[in-house]
Amino acid sequence: MSTNTSTEARRGKAPAGERVADWADGRLGIYSLAKTNMRKIFPDHWSFMLGEVCMYSFIILILTGVYLTLFFHPSMNEVEYHGSYIPLQGQMMSEAFNSTLHISFDVRGGLLIRQIHHWAALIFLAGMFVHMMRVFFTGAFRKPREVNWLFGFLLLVLGMFTGFTGYSLPDDLLSGTGVRFMEGAILSVPIVGTYLSMFLFGGEFPGGDFVARFYSVHILLLPGIMLGLMVGHLILVFYHKHTQFAGPGKTNNNVVGMPLLPVYMAKAGGFFFLVFGVITAIAAIASINPIWSMGPYRPDQVSTGAQPDWYMGFSEGLIRTMPGWEINLWGHTLVLGVFIPLVIFPLVLVAIAVYPFIESWVTGDKREHHILDRPRNAPTRTAFGAAWISWYFVLMIGGGNDLWATHFHLSINAITWFVRVGFFVVPVLVFIATKRICLGLQRRDRDKVLHGRESGIIKRLPHGEFIEVHEPLSQDALHTLTAHEQYKPVEIGPTVDENGVERKVKGTEKLRAKLSEAYYGEESQIPKPTVEEYKEITSGHGHH
Amino acid sequence: MSSQDIPEENLPAEQDAHGAVSVADDKDPFADPGLPPHEHRIQDIDERAAKRSERTVAMLFTVSMLATVGFIASYVGIPHDKAIYVFPIGHINALNFALGLTLGLALFSIGAGAVHWARTLMSDEEIADERHPIEAPPEVKAKVMADFKQGAKESALGRRKLIRNTMFGALALFPLSGVMLLRDLGPLPGTKLRHTLWSKGKLLVNMNTNEPLRPADVAVGSLTFAKPEGLEEHDENFQTEIAKAALMIVRLQPANIKDKRELEWSHEGIVAYSKICTHVGCPISLYEQQTHHVLCPCHQSTFDLSDGARVIFGPAGHALPQLRIGVNDEGYLEALGDFEEPVGPAFWERG
Ligand code: HEM
Ligand code: FES
Repeated sequence: MSTNTSTEARRGKAPAGERVADWADGRLGIYSLAKTNMRKIFPDHWSFMLGEVCMYSFIILILTGVYLTLFFHPSMNEVEYHGSYIPLQGQMMSEAFNSTLHISFDVRGGLLIRQIHHWAALIFLAGMFVHMMRVFFTGAFRKPREVNWLFGFLLLVLGMFTGFTGYSLPDDLLSGTGVRFMEGAILSVPIVGTYLSMFLFGGEFPGGDFVARFYSVHILLLPGIMLGLMVGHLILVFYHKHTQFAGPGKTNNNVVGMPLLPVYMAKAGGFFFLVFGVITAIAAIASINPIWSMGPYRPDQVSTGAQPDWYMGFSEGLIRTMPGWEINLWGHTLVLGVFIPLVIFPLVLVAIAVYPFIESWVTGDKREHHILDRPRNAPTRTAFGAAWISWYFVLMIGGGNDLWATHFHLSINAITWFVRVGFFVVPVLVFIATKRICLGLQRRDRDKVLHGRESGIIKRLPHGEFIEVHEPLSQDALHTLTAHEQYKPVEIGPTVDENGVERKVKGTEKLRAKLSEAYYGEESQIPKPTVEEYKEITSGHGHH
Repeated sequence: MSSQDIPEENLPAEQDAHGAVSVADDKDPFADPGLPPHEHRIQDIDERAAKRSERTVAMLFTVSMLATVGFIASYVGIPHDKAIYVFPIGHINALNFALGLTLGLALFSIGAGAVHWARTLMSDEEIADERHPIEAPPEVKAKVMADFKQGAKESALGRRKLIRNTMFGALALFPLSGVMLLRDLGPLPGTKLRHTLWSKGKLLVNMNTNEPLRPADVAVGSLTFAKPEGLEEHDENFQTEIAKAALMIVRLQPANIKDKRELEWSHEGIVAYSKICTHVGCPISLYEQQTHHVLCPCHQSTFDLSDGARVIFGPAGHALPQLRIGVNDEGYLEALGDFEEPVGPAFWERG
């Protein structure tokens, strides 16, 4: 036992908790860690909880997932069912399906845990999606947070694959159909498609291997990587400190909020239980993935209305609406009708992932940004994000084309064509509309700053005219509404130097100038009010 | 692409050009007035309100304890196969319902208690913390660069090129062993995707009755599913074989068959087609008898069975392969060979 003199003197007096902490500090240095972090400041805004929802549902997934592994048998051996669900008795099914039935009907609480696991997966992915959108629209991805943006993006993509592999594990009719799609899509890859498929399935589809292989990917490989990424993500959040919205007392050099201990810890810790509680209640009330009503997978059978989980919907839309192009040349087949969707699928995702790098190239801004943008104040970015979402949703509509058709009595053909045209047109329209709305809101902010807020009080002037009284804004509000930055478009600069020698303007330079004009030109932002304008209006002839 | 070439004046003025947390001044009405004064909550000034909050929090934690007791009681007391009717959900499993609600309540009340405690009783005074640039100051950077140079020099990696090159070689090659080890994940494709269990003389066995089919068993307007004789559900390879061999049979009026080869390969108007969609492999399951169209439920590819099963709608890229059939001496339908082209989704080697 090594104790130093100062603790020696207090020996026996220090409370147990402190002695444990001392022990740990001597080995782990926890006091230095706590010094910087225990009272770390976290700003408060409802949208900052979205990330927490993701983290908590991930923890819930791990907890419930480990429980499921205790009963789930990742095997495709065919067995005859003799469990307690009468309608399926005597049917042939894989052990995977059999054990999932066992979990659902014979393990007390098994169904609940299965349903929590599945609901948590849906909420996890929805949470990540919305969280990513919050980061996008507020510009929180700007320097120094680009790496963390990529971590988050990878989490979303890996989450989609983890979800897909998990969904396939019970080997039911619906999920097997999904796996079959995947196999068909892999086969379409030029040159190596058949090899990839054989290697993935250990032979021809479905073979006897994929459940076991998906299992280790689902419970070990992907969650392991995701856990690492998530820890990295959180360390970076701590290290960079949280962003905040502009407001009185909030600058790019400080962070205003409540300390980790106690307020944030209680709120965030409590929020974990709230999320867990709500998901559990949903799992009690709403059944999900009732595999017994679908039955075991058979490659020659199908249930109608086959739908993947929501997050895969957009890939489904791609594959449904793509025309069935097939090119046969020199004894080979290029299956464009399937391969093109397979290529667009990652491209849709990558489009949003690389956006921060494009924006920072256009602005050429190398400073750190800790104050969030209000979406209206970055109209081009906001319009791009909205267009991206609309793209995603157009494809999701395509993914459910049969449901739309039956629910709304539309023809599938019409929906397919809507999606085909919409794929190109809707994002453009949404882009234009969003930009206009943003500019309108900027104008309104400008008016508010210069002319004050409409008070709703109508006053009659001596000569009989009615006017609405405008209250001037408080300084808090004035500051908040004018705190944002406005870039000027980049100019190419003189193309002829002092000596009259013509300088070659690089293509990238021109492109950047064009983009910059599109981002920050007169059409793309409303100049924020200047102090002079404000003074002129407020000092002069009263305000209305 | 570096942005060195963007002139400074194009970047907007620094966010806090007014100076951090400056006091309101007459010159700049938009200046940052600084953190607003803290406003007290009722709990901060009225001890009775604080006591009420304390009781609410304690009550929530107590509810959680009771709910956990309820969970245990449900687990022990409710039979796992009992169904109850709950409005408006319908009939659901009673145990799942009880366990889920009690556990959900136990968790939720802990959360609600903690959050209520934080919001009403813990200090809600906002505090400002300073930020420091993420980037290292130039001295630190210089030190690191110097250290690195020193380390690199001491390793002599730059000078002893032979070591460097062979090391890169070794490091680049060894992962190949890992790649090799993946080889046995599966067999090479060979011609596997071109063959199915069908061959000359194999009887067409009705999927539902497990009996060989006679022409008379195939009624006009019905869709019959068949498998090759000898393939049984209990066979080890059943799933993989049926994934390629699944067959659908319909009877048309020979006069309605538009495709010449289709007519030749049919028997008395009975035609047999692969049931596996040529798009990405779903089994086709819907038949419209007036039009002789079959529909794949997965992405709505539609094939015209009276015209060589060509694609008339949807994302599938080519027609369904047809199986040539006839009748054997005993009057049963039989295959006259395997499919002449690969069934299911298209692939590179298909041609
Ligand atoms: C990281 C995010 C995860 C996601 C998005 C996810 C998603 C899913 C989904 C959607 C299912 C299908 C459930 C059903 O309806 O039957 C599933 C099944 C399963 N998951 Fe996960 N999961 C995740 C992590 C984990 C982890 C960490 C484990 C274990 C350590 C795990 C173990 C299992 C098991 C054993 C099954 C099959 C059991 C069954 O279907 O009843 N999961 N997962
Ligand atoms: S699998 Fe049949 S239409 Fe896609």
